[in-house]
Amino acid sequence: MVIWIILLVMTALAVMAVLWPLSRHRAIAVQVDPDTQFYREQIAEIERDLKRGALMPAEAEAAKAEAGRRLLRATGTHSGETAAVGEPALRRRRAVSAFALSAIPILALAVYGAYGSPHLLTHPPTAQVRQQTEQLDLMRAVAQIESHLAQNPQDGRGWEVVAPVYIRMGRLDDAAKAYEAAIRHLGPEPDRLANYGEVLVLAKNGLVSAEAQAAFEQAVKLDRTSPKARYYLARAAEQDGQVEKAKAGYSELLAMSPADAPWTAVVRQELTRLGAPVPEPQPALAGQGGAPQIGAEDIARMVSGLASRLEAQGGTAEEWVRLMRSYAVLGQRDKAIEAAKRARQALAQDEKALETIDTMARELKLTDAQP
Amino acid sequence: MLVEAGHFALALALGLSLIQFVVPLWGARSNDPVLMAVAPTTALAVLGCIAFAFFALTVAYVTSDFSVLNVVENSHSTKPMIYKISGVWGNHEGSMLLWVLILALFGGVVALAKSSVPARLQANTLAVQAAITIAFLLFILTTSNPFTRVIPAPAEGQDLNPLLQDPGLAIHPPLLYIGYVGFSISFAFACAALIDGRIDAVWARIVRPWTLGAWAFLTLGIAMGSYWAYYELGWGGWWFWDPVENASLMPWLAGTALMHSTVVMEKRDALKVWTILLAILTFSLSLLGTFLVRSGVLTSVHSFAVDPARGSFILGILIIFIGGSLALFAWRAPMLRQGGLFAPVSREGALVLNNLFLATACATVFVGTLYPLALEVMTGEKISVGAPFFNATFLPLIVPLLLLLPLGQTLAWKRGNLLGTAQRLYAVFGIVLLATMALLAFRHGGPVAAPLGIGLGVYLVLGSLNEIVTRSWSKEKGLSMAWRKAAGLPRSTWGTFIAHAGVGLTVIGIAATAWGVEGLGSLKVGESLRAGAYEARLERVTPRVEANYREDVAVLTVLRDGREMGTLETMKRLYVTRGMPTTEAGIMTIGLGQVYASVGEMQPDGSVGIRLYHKPLVLLIWIGSVVMALGGGISLTDRRLRIGAPARAKAAPVAAVPAE
Repeated sequence: MVIWIILLVMTALAVMAVLWPLSRHRAIAVQVDPDTQFYREQIAEIERDLKRGALMPAEAEAAKAEAGRRLLRATGTHSGETAAVGEPALRRRRAVSAFALSAIPILALAVYGAYGSPHLLTHPPTAQVRQQTEQLDLMRAVAQIESHLAQNPQDGRGWEVVAPVYIRMGRLDDAAKAYEAAIRHLGPEPDRLANYGEVLVLAKNGLVSAEAQAAFEQAVKLDRTSPKARYYLARAAEQDGQVEKAKAGYSELLAMSPADAPWTAVVRQELTRLGAPVPEPQPALAGQGGAPQIGAEDIARMVSGLASRLEAQGGTAEEWVRLMRSYAVLGQRDKAIEAAKRARQALAQDEKALETIDTMARELKLTDAQP
Repeated sequence: MLVEAGHFALALALGLSLIQFVVPLWGARSNDPVLMAVAPTTALAVLGCIAFAFFALTVAYVTSDFSVLNVVENSHSTKPMIYKISGVWGNHEGSMLLWVLILALFGGVVALAKSSVPARLQANTLAVQAAITIAFLLFILTTSNPFTRVIPAPAEGQDLNPLLQDPGLAIHPPLLYIGYVGFSISFAFACAALIDGRIDAVWARIVRPWTLGAWAFLTLGIAMGSYWAYYELGWGGWWFWDPVENASLMPWLAGTALMHSTVVMEKRDALKVWTILLAILTFSLSLLGTFLVRSGVLTSVHSFAVDPARGSFILGILIIFIGGSLALFAWRAPMLRQGGLFAPVSREGALVLNNLFLATACATVFVGTLYPLALEVMTGEKISVGAPFFNATFLPLIVPLLLLLPLGQTLAWKRGNLLGTAQRLYAVFGIVLLATMALLAFRHGGPVAAPLGIGLGVYLVLGSLNEIVTRSWSKEKGLSMAWRKAAGLPRSTWGTFIAHAGVGLTVIGIAATAWGVEGLGSLKVGESLRAGAYEARLERVTPRVEANYREDVAVLTVLRDGREMGTLETMKRLYVTRGMPTTEAGIMTIGLGQVYASVGEMQPDGSVGIRLYHKPLVLLIWIGSVVMALGGGISLTDRRLRIGAPARAKAAPVAAVPAE
């Protein structure tokens, strides 16, 4: 709101700059004809130079004669009349006032409306400042990691950590390079490959390139349930014009996903967009109806895979939470409690992560996990 | 919020400029002083709006507001503060904003110069100035808007082109723009004179300081750009006849001619039509330079992001302003009253000769710059017009001009005496001949061009000093009297001497490049490389990490005859965000010469490619330019009314001292 008042004041000031001189017609004195004055001053200057000795008398004489000739000429040409008074002058003034009053605001608003972002005027500045200080911390951290990686380029773990940060910073090419390095040094893992592929897709503005497709295919080969890889493979099929294959891909993905998986909504949307029948949400473990069914063993294998990976390499709070939830959904409450404990140990340094885990623990009623 | 207000201010400036264009013209036509008085206040309001917009953009850069696309594309939060500020104009959009800011600034100064500029001329001039402002504001708002937002804002920017992360960026563009845009005032005055159909010595007196000031700044801007290219590009060259450089040289040559013809007009009321034409051409060449550099016709560090829409827009501006002003000239110029007559051998005659040479030299550069482009557009054939062409065409035009320079400076107004003038230069000729012979003997075997060029330079310095000496020295009165008399000479005489001496210094610096020596080698630590009398030993190569780049530093010890002169550091940098490598040359200044080292490839076996140059007197090239600009500045402070006093035909030649 304040900003609109500021814009209004700015416009008013701009219009005033035009209206003010128009209102001052009495104050304008009749100017001395500047030309004649110029030559008079010039003649005076020659006199001064002569006195100082900078000019020889003969030269001064000649110069004065020339200036005099010009003075005569200048006085002859000057008309001397001004049209500052009378009815036509008043009308002209009114016309200019009306022109300024309308043209300046209309032009400014039209141009600003076309190219500006007026909806951002009310953007709260404090949020921006906070965001910036966070950014600065992030930058420092990234700079540290970068210098560390410059010296230890074989640290695949470091590359894997820095990659998602690059994505957030919009440095997609660097993120792709980082994932590539992580795969090279840590070996291909389904998640890593899928993330790598995803960055390639983002860098190409959503186009699944052959390179990205290869990464996704490898990810699916290693873990045929990898949702991200399957999703993008379906999208690749769609981009290649194989709509049926895409539909099948999305349906399969939906069928093998737990009902509350975060991506199901997106996949459902894709299916609706392609005009395919969308299966009703089903209990995740029922495994009925969908084309290729996932057996209980598959799920158990997935979960234990996740568990052993988290044991071995650690992981984010989200991953731990996913593990806890998986156990809870499988009905293995004691294992879920165990996972929560492990998570608390693994993430003991991280306040925020602990909070996430506690929240999930409460949600899943794993109250034993509370310290 | 501030960004949006800045954007709005830019839109307001457009509306105000429209008023500033229409109303004063109407006022001048209907002879209404009230309408004409709208011009100055509106011009000041436009200045206020554009200055506010520029301030808003600067704040966005300083606070790293990444919701502004322009900041995202050209800044980075870890960038040092000076480059955050200079980065405002280190990109296409921001530099155009700086351009209109300077345009408005000049308009504001004209608006404030109420007492010295007649109201009518002021109104017409500001109206023409407003037309230019409108064109560039429209260009900025529609095709190169620096205030475009990105929501959500990315967390980090893409950083500034590493070549531009240099103090040079803080200095070079503003100086150059003040030069370019300063000529827009001369142009606006010329158009105003044509619109009004009146032109006289008063006009010349008003225009002269603008031309002089613009010329001085353009000189500094070009010199600064040249020095920047010299140390940043790592090739050791200072002028490449690159189209981008030529784009700034052309207005400089035309502006130099304009500056001299304005003097003739002010003093002798002659050369009016030609001066008007030169004023139009000079600014037209500035616009052409902008077009060449910004349209993407040329590829260089100045091109920034290339967008065909921008190219066609600038081409449109070019056609409207150049075509429009030339049409106005063709229509109105015949109605102007012709000026006084003068003999061919006179100060005026010499200045006409100066104008002819400069204009021809400018045309040569024009052809050499545009012909390859035209050929490529027509036939698709790419040819490269480089130093050989310009050496063959530009030098034969400039050398006679320089030879004539001291002669012209010594000639009297209206009718001069060539023989008497030459006699007064005898001593100078003698000294120069001796100096050249001595140099030839001393540097036996070296390139012949160098001593001759240095001789020319010395001749220029002494020849222009001669003017001061002959006007103050006389045998009877002694040294102290001469000194007092010299101090009493008008500042414009001193300015002329200093500027011409600056030309001489630059010529000496250029000529001395022929003595430059170069060494090239692949060194391991402890090994050394020789260039002429100097030797460089590689001490160590160390990596270093800074906020936004990391670099490998090669540390060299410079020796002369086995004696250590100091150490040099030359680096290979990698700017992390853009993944772009640059080379930073190491420079050691010894007297007026420099030892210049530049690091090349780093081999896996630990050896490093190093290029080493010794460039004697090289600093004189830029010192000379600064001295030239200084001369312009000193002349600028001379606000006396001037009239050329002719020497009486029967007066003895010795008495034919030119009056100021």
